Amino acid sequence: MRKEKIAVLGDSDITLAFKAIGMDVYNANSVGEASEKLRILARNYSVIFITEDLAVQIEEQIAKYRNRTYPAIIPIPSSNGTTGYGVQNIKKDVEKAVGTDILFKD
Amino acid sequence: MASKLKVNPTRMELRRLKDRKKTAVRGHKLLKDKSDEMIRQFLGYAKENMRLRLEVEQELSNALAEFMLAKSVSQDGVIWEALSMPAIGMELEIGTKNIMSVNVPSIGIKKSESTSLYPYSFASVTSELDKSISTISVLAEKLIKLAEVEKTCNMLATEIEKNRRRVNALEYIMIPQTEEAIHDITMKLDENERGNIVRLMKVKTMLANRE
Repeated sequence: MRKEKIAVLGDSDITLAFKAIGMDVYNANSVGEASEKLRILARNYSVIFITEDLAVQIEEQIAKYRNRTYPAIIPIPSSNGTTGYGVQNIKKDVEKAVGTDILFKD
Repeated sequence: MASKLKVNPTRMELRRLKDRKKTAVRGHKLLKDKSDEMIRQFLGYAKENMRLRLEVEQELSNALAEFMLAKSVSQDGVIWEALSMPAIGMELEIGTKNIMSVNVPSIGIKKSESTSLYPYSFASVTSELDKSISTISVLAEKLIKLAEVEKTCNMLATEIEKNRRRVNALEYIMIPQTEEAIHDITMKLDENERGNIVRLMKVKTMLANRE
């Protein structure tokens, strides 16, 4: 049964901050570790926040969960700021749906 | 161009194809309308998604930077000790919402009852930590909202793409193919009819000549 809870997957520096507000946190320092943990978390949690740097590296795995209602896997900036990965994803979505990016063209 | 449908040139087949074309045209119109409405809704969500994401990224980066700062001014272990047993648990209320027959998540937050947000005594840590924790806890609500909207966007985008394929398949393959087959059958039947009339006329003159 899926837990009605939030998991955070990232490096130990930032996960501690989320732990303090009651989310379940999991540390991953390598790609292999992240991918293995995500596989287990995806079965048990409804919302998973994952740091951008990890999300970039296991993109294909995350894409598999795209069309399911749960879990929602959402990239968040890591401690050294955002890389624009999340914004990039929104633009990709718009492109996919409309054919061209009509909303956020610079 | 679409390849030709192989059909028997019979009246029965013609009827069947005509019905089929009617259904296809109707389906095409419906799917096209669905596509339009989905795109309209999607654009709203995409805008909301972008706004939320920019806000969250900005605020979260700041909060995390603050947190790192707070962590660096305290001794190793102190922060870990202070935070490793959180005082509040964050629970979600999860459900699904139906947008144009796409099941998207709807996520609400239910914070457990607790007297204080801070799981530590104020004596052991610095005030920077208090501040960053409270910022992040306020942010949590936005994060959840972002999760919901972003997932909705993802799912709608995929569905719109799928739907577009269906519309195109109907518009450029199925309908023209059926129309062509109907045309072929009509021609063939007409030709047979003409052949028949000519034959009858011929026979009539033959009979007239014999008398």
